[in-house]
Amino acid sequence: MSSDDSSSDTGKFLHPERKCKRREKNRVAAQKSRKKQTERADTLHQELQSLEHSNAAYEKEIAQLRLEVERYSSALKQHEPHCSVFSFSSPETPVLTMETTKLPPSSPSSPTTGFSVPSAEKVDGFPRRSMRRARQRRSHSSSQFRYQSSQVELTPLPLLKDAPVAELHDLFCKKLQQCCVLFDFLDCVADLKGKEIKRAALNELVESVATSRGILIEPLYPEAIKMISVNIFRTLPPSENPEFDPEEDEPTLEASWPHLQLVYEFFLRFLESPDFQPSMAKRYVDQKFVLQLLELFDSEDPREREYLKTILHRVYGKLLGLRAYIRKQINNIFLRFIYETEHFNGVAELLEILGSIINGFALPLKSEHKQFLVRVLIPLHTAKSLSIFHAQLAYCVVQFMEKDATVTEYIIRGLLKYWPKTCTQKEVMFLGEIEEILDVIEPSQFIRIQEPLFKQIAACISSPHFQVAERALYFWNNEYILSLIEENCQVILPLVFATLYRVSKEHWNQTIVSLIYNVLKTFMEMNSKLFDDLTASYKVEKQKELKRERERVELWRGLDEYQERRLQSLEEASRNQRNLQERPGPTQPDPELSSQPDPELSSNNST
Amino acid sequence: MVPFQHLPFIQYMTNHCSAAVVAPVLSDKKPRSRKGRKPQTLSKMAGADGDDSLYPIAVLIDELRNEDVQLRLNSIKKLSTIALALGVERTRTELLPFLTDTIYDEDEVLLALAEQLGNFTMLVGGPEYVHCLLPPLESLATVEETVVRDKAVESLRKISHEHSPVDLEVHFEPLVKRLASGDWFTSRTSACGLFSVCYPRVSSTVKAEIRQHFRTLCSDDTPMVRRAAASKLGEFAKVLELDYVKSDIISLFTALASDEQDSVRLLAVEACVSIATLLPQEDLETLVMPTLRQAAEDKSWRVRYMVADKFSELQKAVGPEITKNDLVPAFQNLLKDCEAEVRAAAANKVKEFCENLPEDSKETIIMSHILPCVKELVSDTNQHVKSALASVIMGLSTILGKDNTVEHLLPLFLAQLKDECPEVRLNIISNLDCVNEVIGIRQLSQSLLPAIVELAEDAKWRVRLAIIEYMPLLAGQLGVEFFDEKLNTLCMAWLVDHVYAIREAATCNLMKLVEKFGAEWAQNTIVPKVLGMANDPNYLHRMTTLFCINSLSEACGQEITTKQMLPVVLKMSNDQVANVRFNVAKSLQKIGPVLDSNALQTEVKPVLEKLATDQDMDVKYFAQEAISVLALA
Repeated sequence: MSSDDSSSDTGKFLHPERKCKRREKNRVAAQKSRKKQTERADTLHQELQSLEHSNAAYEKEIAQLRLEVERYSSALKQHEPHCSVFSFSSPETPVLTMETTKLPPSSPSSPTTGFSVPSAEKVDGFPRRSMRRARQRRSHSSSQFRYQSSQVELTPLPLLKDAPVAELHDLFCKKLQQCCVLFDFLDCVADLKGKEIKRAALNELVESVATSRGILIEPLYPEAIKMISVNIFRTLPPSENPEFDPEEDEPTLEASWPHLQLVYEFFLRFLESPDFQPSMAKRYVDQKFVLQLLELFDSEDPREREYLKTILHRVYGKLLGLRAYIRKQINNIFLRFIYETEHFNGVAELLEILGSIINGFALPLKSEHKQFLVRVLIPLHTAKSLSIFHAQLAYCVVQFMEKDATVTEYIIRGLLKYWPKTCTQKEVMFLGEIEEILDVIEPSQFIRIQEPLFKQIAACISSPHFQVAERALYFWNNEYILSLIEENCQVILPLVFATLYRVSKEHWNQTIVSLIYNVLKTFMEMNSKLFDDLTASYKVEKQKELKRERERVELWRGLDEYQERRLQSLEEASRNQRNLQERPGPTQPDPELSSQPDPELSSNNST
Repeated sequence: MVPFQHLPFIQYMTNHCSAAVVAPVLSDKKPRSRKGRKPQTLSKMAGADGDDSLYPIAVLIDELRNEDVQLRLNSIKKLSTIALALGVERTRTELLPFLTDTIYDEDEVLLALAEQLGNFTMLVGGPEYVHCLLPPLESLATVEETVVRDKAVESLRKISHEHSPVDLEVHFEPLVKRLASGDWFTSRTSACGLFSVCYPRVSSTVKAEIRQHFRTLCSDDTPMVRRAAASKLGEFAKVLELDYVKSDIISLFTALASDEQDSVRLLAVEACVSIATLLPQEDLETLVMPTLRQAAEDKSWRVRYMVADKFSELQKAVGPEITKNDLVPAFQNLLKDCEAEVRAAAANKVKEFCENLPEDSKETIIMSHILPCVKELVSDTNQHVKSALASVIMGLSTILGKDNTVEHLLPLFLAQLKDECPEVRLNIISNLDCVNEVIGIRQLSQSLLPAIVELAEDAKWRVRLAIIEYMPLLAGQLGVEFFDEKLNTLCMAWLVDHVYAIREAATCNLMKLVEKFGAEWAQNTIVPKVLGMANDPNYLHRMTTLFCINSLSEACGQEITTKQMLPVVLKMSNDQVANVRFNVAKSLQKIGPVLDSNALQTEVKPVLEKLATDQDMDVKYFAQEAISVLALA
């Protein structure tokens, strides 16, 4: 801002200019997101290629293994009649024979299931951590997949692309059902074949949803959502490291990611598919589904949270009926994080989604949204782990201000209320956020909060931690803030002058001292008369302050004495009263009474 | 003045928002002017009265406006002083309304206020006026910050007992209702904690209302409120009539125990203990057990963990029959759970669970059901599980008796003594006394020794420190011969450990050993070695000699101290290192009382006098201190 429009109507000038600035900002943001999208598409494409490549390799390996299996099984068949070990299993039970024929999986042969499950768990001996997935399998006992999921052996189905159109949907459905089988990934050698079949099926599903049109017909919705639910919804395991610090420690990665990623990818493609119809999906993607989805945001694995973020965003965008519910549940998660557990891994991701949700709020803002700002977003600043999600949080806060300038005062006063007392690192973050806010503040709003705000800024300038002081002093390098200060110099200068003056003489860090000199110089240029007056009265003010302090101490001394007197007289009174009452009886010796003063009084005395 | 055009929002903010954010906005530009109103009228009154009894409240208000939080906090903490000075009437008519109207502040100040008000009954004029305290506490109970709210609820619970039954219905119960139907979750969570304190003393119609409110909160929309309700369910059940427990509480309990959020479900497990205690045995099976079974197999490990954690309480609550039929298999499952957290919690309960099994079938249940699981846990993959087990497993020996211990438990102990995790070994060693009573420690000594030696040389000094602390206990149980033969060298090796904490603990350990084995033993085994270190080239080791002498002199007695230790100490006063010299002064001060006056005068005094003229100021200081303490001047 040039210095010549410092006339009284700067405010009027500012307005269109600020709008412009905002629009410019939006443009930049939009550009960025577009760029991000294309980049993402590129990487996905590359990924696809490499996956296809590896897929081909696996395919080859499978063929080889299949040959081997056939060889062994024929050998076994020859051997079986002479063998006593296998006598317990009826000869027609294919205990060790891999089902290589392409049986439809919807008709699992019960003898196979009946035998293979207990063997899979008992042979292993004691329960291990790695059985987590197995446990999960059991935990879905109420759902109808239990029967299916207990069938450990998968049989590869024909490829989707080879299927005749008439059977395509049926095959798709079968593949979805096949993918409902869960595998133990911590035991990395267990059931490799099954894992590979599922992986290939998932890959095919992803590709088919992403590329071919007309595949998503209504009967597939429940199957698809069922497959997704079975795979992704699970109780997150306890953190390996109870004092997990997201900034310092490596996160524990999800073991089943090779499958999980594809399931997420499928879900995302499913939601993004041009064929996707919210009116059908809403029957299956319901509130319970969304709640479970939100709970997954606590996952320690950043890859998973990244997918969840995009997915939730899509769900929010496409399923309008769930919007209010999603916002409410995010509210609950945050409130729980703030006031109960102080632990939730996905705060940053949720805030990122909220940032764009806020962007889309209609004006005037509903009271529900303002309530969310004041009672949830602002208290989020108190969290110990603020540094992890501060950028996203500040973005949300500024979004609110851009929507409706009248919330500015709530925001600033809220931040001042929760200003960090001991953590300088957080203090620097708060100062950064204040600057972001001041960057877009309306001058009329600035006037409302300048007084408490600059008291706090003055306190920060006098912080012995030079980073805090430095960050606060940088405000004077911001042209817009500087123009606001200049307009309100009459109010602000007296608030900060004493601090600046004192710190310029006392601070240990030379950078700070020289920054303060610059600030003082700026002020001198802004309003030299006021500056001179303040310099002149500095000593007097200081004296006055000392005097006030002395008076205060005196006051409290007087009060304490007064209380002492009151207590004594009360004690005496009660003693007299007791003496009066006890007069008919034998008189008690006084010391005993005074050693047992009225419990109420003594307890007050001690507080 | 009106920042928002939407009236409902403003009302909402004024009514419920924790004030600091909002109140200043709603008042004039200067946030203080609102606060200022009251003091003005007060000071006028003060002028009219002409006495100084009002000046405390002026101070309070002034201090409350102070920008320094610490000063505001101080004045709130002296609130009782001020109330006392004001007298009961003015406290009621002026101080409390002031606090109710105008307090919006830092949470720290509010916390102090909430706490103070819990002790205010006498200051407002005793129980008949106690209801005056309700308005400020009510608004504190709706604050956002949990600690403030909890403290306000605590204070409300406290003063509820001071209400007469009539006041309880007229003043307290309406407050609970208001909180229970507040529109922000904070007030509703606070309400959950207040039902049980007023229920027993109100009329039956009001009781019905309270039950209704509690029901509503149990199915509240926000999980925070449901959690609060679930955590108070047990407490509330205790004050209810049995019929209502059966009709109301059970259905709430069942609903909460199958809540969609595991954080709610796990709290229901806690309630289960109290509810099961209240119900007659014959109803347990139908009313409680289905839910408990379900909780023990919950898909969330947090719920299962809670069941494991509360297992002993549950066991006592449901009685022996159900324990035999239901809890034993449930406990087996928990011991085999797939999450290490759950297994560790269950392993911690093994001893208690076994102890409380019904006498008639105790041994069979343990031998056939529990012990196989325990055996598996000994080789668990998770060290926390193993160390949890190790801390209780020795307790089983007293329950099972000598033969079973030798046959079944001993192999487990031995396996754990060889565990790769030091914590497991340490837990076994620290509980040796239990086994000692049953089979005698000798059975173990052969395996014990390598385990001890290994721990004694562990790379982590905390592990070494821990084993040192068990040395006196071990020495007592293993006997002097075994000790001399196997452990003595270890104890001496610790004296030259490179970590000070270990050397210090080793010194202390020697003293305890001497107390156990006597002065003669000390003279033969320990003292020569300790004194030998006085000639060590490392000054730290020389100082260790002094530290040992400090702690041993009393236990060894005058004779040994004078004849053997004193000469060494005196000789060390010529040490080159100042640290050694001033420690000589300190040692002399320490062992002085043990010596006879002759030795003090002829031997100690000259040395101390010499040290008092040392060129090092620390040496001088400690020498002079010793002289004055020993009265040698």
